[in-house]
Amino acid sequence: MIEVVRLMRIYESMLTIRAFEERAKRLFERAVVRGSVHLYIGEEAVAATVCSLLREDDYITSTHRGHGHCIAKGADLGRTLAELMGRESGYCRGRAGSMHIADVTRGNLGANAIVGGGIPIATGAALATSLKGTDQVVVSFFGDGAANQGVFHESLNLAALWKLPVVYVCENNGFAISVPLTQSTSVADIAVRAGSYGIPGATVDGNDVFAVNDAALEAITRARAGAGPSLIECRTYRWEGHWAGDPQVYRTREEVRAWKEKCPIKRLRAYLVDHAGRSSEELDLLAKRVEQMIDDAERFASQSPEPDPASVMDDVFSR
Amino acid sequence: MADKKYSEAIRDVLAEEMRRDPRIFVMGEDVAEMGGVFGCTRGLLQEFGPRRVRNTPISEAAIVGAGVGAALAGMRPIVELMYMDFAFIAMDQILNQAAKIRYIYGGKAAVPLVIRGQQGVGRGNAATHSQSVETFFMHIPGVMVAMPSTPRDAAGLLRTAIRGSDPVVFIEHKALYATSGDVPSDSDFALPFGLAEIRREGKDVTLVATSFMVPRALAAAGKLAQEGIEIEVVDPRTLVPLDEEAILRSVKKTGRALVLHEAHRTCGVGAEIASLIQERAFRWLKGPVRRLGARQCPLPFNLALENAVIPQENDVVAAVQETCRDG
Repeated sequence: MIEVVRLMRIYESMLTIRAFEERAKRLFERAVVRGSVHLYIGEEAVAATVCSLLREDDYITSTHRGHGHCIAKGADLGRTLAELMGRESGYCRGRAGSMHIADVTRGNLGANAIVGGGIPIATGAALATSLKGTDQVVVSFFGDGAANQGVFHESLNLAALWKLPVVYVCENNGFAISVPLTQSTSVADIAVRAGSYGIPGATVDGNDVFAVNDAALEAITRARAGAGPSLIECRTYRWEGHWAGDPQVYRTREEVRAWKEKCPIKRLRAYLVDHAGRSSEELDLLAKRVEQMIDDAERFASQSPEPDPASVMDDVFSR
Repeated sequence: MADKKYSEAIRDVLAEEMRRDPRIFVMGEDVAEMGGVFGCTRGLLQEFGPRRVRNTPISEAAIVGAGVGAALAGMRPIVELMYMDFAFIAMDQILNQAAKIRYIYGGKAAVPLVIRGQQGVGRGNAATHSQSVETFFMHIPGVMVAMPSTPRDAAGLLRTAIRGSDPVVFIEHKALYATSGDVPSDSDFALPFGLAEIRREGKDVTLVATSFMVPRALAAAGKLAQEGIEIEVVDPRTLVPLDEEAILRSVKKTGRALVLHEAHRTCGVGAEIASLIQERAFRWLKGPVRRLGARQCPLPFNLALENAVIPQENDVVAAVQETCRDG
């Protein structure tokens, strides 16, 4: 069970991520955002639910598909969009862009454009909180592709060995770019790999807020209590291509349509109306407010100055 | 002052700094009970316990990555790589992550991580345990690189590395561990990065040498002095940052330059230094800047073969003599 206040927070977070991603897509198509943009549309339940269980001083590591994690961990929308647009007011002064955005003050240790690159970093952050004796936990988000990187296995072994307060959340969206799981991964359920390291592993419906919540709550509670790491595999699907502009030759329209039927936002909305006494009007109003927040964010980002080329050598080193 | 071995100087600084700052911890393969394969962490487990002196699995990428994460979250990790050749296994975490984080996060995060280990020839460890790999770390911006050649420098530079806020690749040399020298007893003794040391003054040729090649350069200098050739031996001590001015000052005085390192010659640090000299001291040069480095083949096991690949004292003497004939 999830109390209604938190459910509404999760719902708003999912709506915000969805609206942000749709805006990011449009801005990318208009070439306002350059580089590459990896959209989280369809996977919102994972970031929104897991992060609703975290404190501001808990840490996360994120991925190239990281806008959702960033927003769910509490990032300001204007500064996030400004970073995607390469502006000085962005979280990383326009140095990071979509694939490397970080907000360390809110515990987001960064998106990571190397598949699996954030997994050992999360493990090390958990080592730090463990050595400091705080009860902070770390969540490492990564995709199914990352579960085949060496650092995934090395990190799970290390965290299990040292009982580190880290939760490994695998967002299994079915594809490593264009390669389906059946062609890349030796097991059908990535979560069974937890067994190799003697830690709990669970596979859950990643589009079901309640299922994600149950697994994440158990894992986070366990980590906070000093009982060690867990692996959660969230089965989900990305509606968009690997990146905005991907021709998607590796899947059918029918498959995408079928997954859209399982939209996590639609599902939670139905629950809120049917079982939590929320009216459609109230939820529509919330969606409008979210859209306005995205408008404000875009206005802020568009009006923000570009970084000064004279500052390009700043911060390579501390001195 | 105390007379210490190079490895003892490192061990003592680790212990002194761990006493001073509880955020510092050491992790790596065999660093606890064994005290490191080369003894640089000997006794630390007994003094600081297993939380701060951590044996790790043989997982270099995860060890370095965990160091990056722990540093980001406020600790000051020191990661030992048993052989610097193993850095290649962890290269993503060193060069894609540690090196870039401060910059790409707009200066809003720091990675105070020291990655230390030894490299080079001297024990017959052959191709994958004898390489000199500093070039890779100098090429990609974002990590500092130190290469101490004496116990004193090892102590002073390591302390600076540990107290700094940037990732440092601290490259020791296996053949230097047993060498001895004076080290200041002051537990705050630190040497700044980016400050070269003139190991020997001379007026005829500037010889820039690093790490284990410094004693070789000095030995060659002794021989050459008997022929009346006075070479000036410049030890940069750190490659990032590099004390360009010290090198240029010396070259402007001597008008001749030779760069000597144990790493492969092609795209080695010598190429960078030679280029620096011709760009900024061309008018002072009496002849071409020469480079001496390992020949372009993997390091062979057999000692005679290994010696044929790595510059020997005679090679240095011959190269200096040739340099002197120019102009």
